[in-house]
Amino acid sequence: MFDPLWKLALGLLTGIVFGILLQKGRVAKFHVIVGQFLFRDWTVVKVMGTAVVVGAVGIYALLPTEAVSLHIKPLVWLGVVAGGVCFGIGMAIFGYCPGTSVAASGEGRRDAMVGVLGMLLGAGLYVVFYPQLSGILKTWGDAGKITLPEWTSTSPWLWVGGLCLMAVSAFAFSTRGSSGASQRLQKDAR
Amino acid sequence: MNNPLARKSWSPYLVGAGIGVLSWFAFWSADHPLGITTAFEHTAALAMESALPTLAESNSYYQDESPKIGWEWMLVVGIFVGSMISSFASGDREPITVPPLWKSRFGSSVPLRLAGALLSAGLMMFGARLAQGCTSGHGISGNLQLAASSWLFSLIFFSTAILTAHLVFGRRTSNV
Repeated sequence: MFDPLWKLALGLLTGIVFGILLQKGRVAKFHVIVGQFLFRDWTVVKVMGTAVVVGAVGIYALLPTEAVSLHIKPLVWLGVVAGGVCFGIGMAIFGYCPGTSVAASGEGRRDAMVGVLGMLLGAGLYVVFYPQLSGILKTWGDAGKITLPEWTSTSPWLWVGGLCLMAVSAFAFSTRGSSGASQRLQKDAR
Repeated sequence: MNNPLARKSWSPYLVGAGIGVLSWFAFWSADHPLGITTAFEHTAALAMESALPTLAESNSYYQDESPKIGWEWMLVVGIFVGSMISSFASGDREPITVPPLWKSRFGSSVPLRLAGALLSAGLMMFGARLAQGCTSGHGISGNLQLAASSWLFSLIFFSTAILTAHLVFGRRTSNV
């Protein structure tokens, strides 16, 4: 029932760093998360996008050294589609995601603390109905633990390279917009 | 004054890169991706097993899964501790119950916000377990491994959340 002590300590340490990053990234805040979905605040996309690109480069670079191995979730079609819809509706109204609601609780937000309780209830509901759900979720089929490069028989570096290119262009586009605005401000000041 | 923890926020790009590097560390040190919701599932399963042992005996969940207090469980505890350290160090404490954006739409009722948070968070977690991941497990860890399931999940949950947020919070009402 328990992992060895060193592994528990390692999890705690990793979590503390994760919690500091989420809090400093301002993503443990209701208005930042809902603001992203309303296109008023792009913090969530910036944080997640950078994390995915940096993470992908490192993991795929380390993969041949066997220092890391992949842990892919299976593509159970109905589970992923229905789960994504429930998750999206819930997250937009709650205003936090599972990880950031824990960070928001650490920041003192009372509504997030009640949400943590709600998440335990939601997880309990899944466990209670697991015998029925495990059959229903597979009715649209299961494509297995597959990655996009495997699915398309292409090199993963094509995808990682494409992601990097997308990230750099998005960054260039967003800073160009804001520097244009600041130039205009400077002109007004003069 | 030079203590970075005393600052209220860091650049989102710096934070994102930090999470990316942290996930290398998690894969390398614990052979585990960053994820949150499995820990919630296991906690609920363990609580049910001890509270209602007869119900748990007839549930096939306990044959398929072995719930435990492990690395991921401590990761969740760590997030709470880390965020607390960070917010106390910078003074960015936000002991609020009704966020201003919610208030502008639904008024300042505390029970309404708490009931809304309880139900929406429950629905969100239920969805995360159907799909086997959340914003961390699919959105960051799965996407960075280029998992097909994760990219599909992210596309669907982001679109649904955009639609929901516009329907619920899109119109600004004046009774602030």
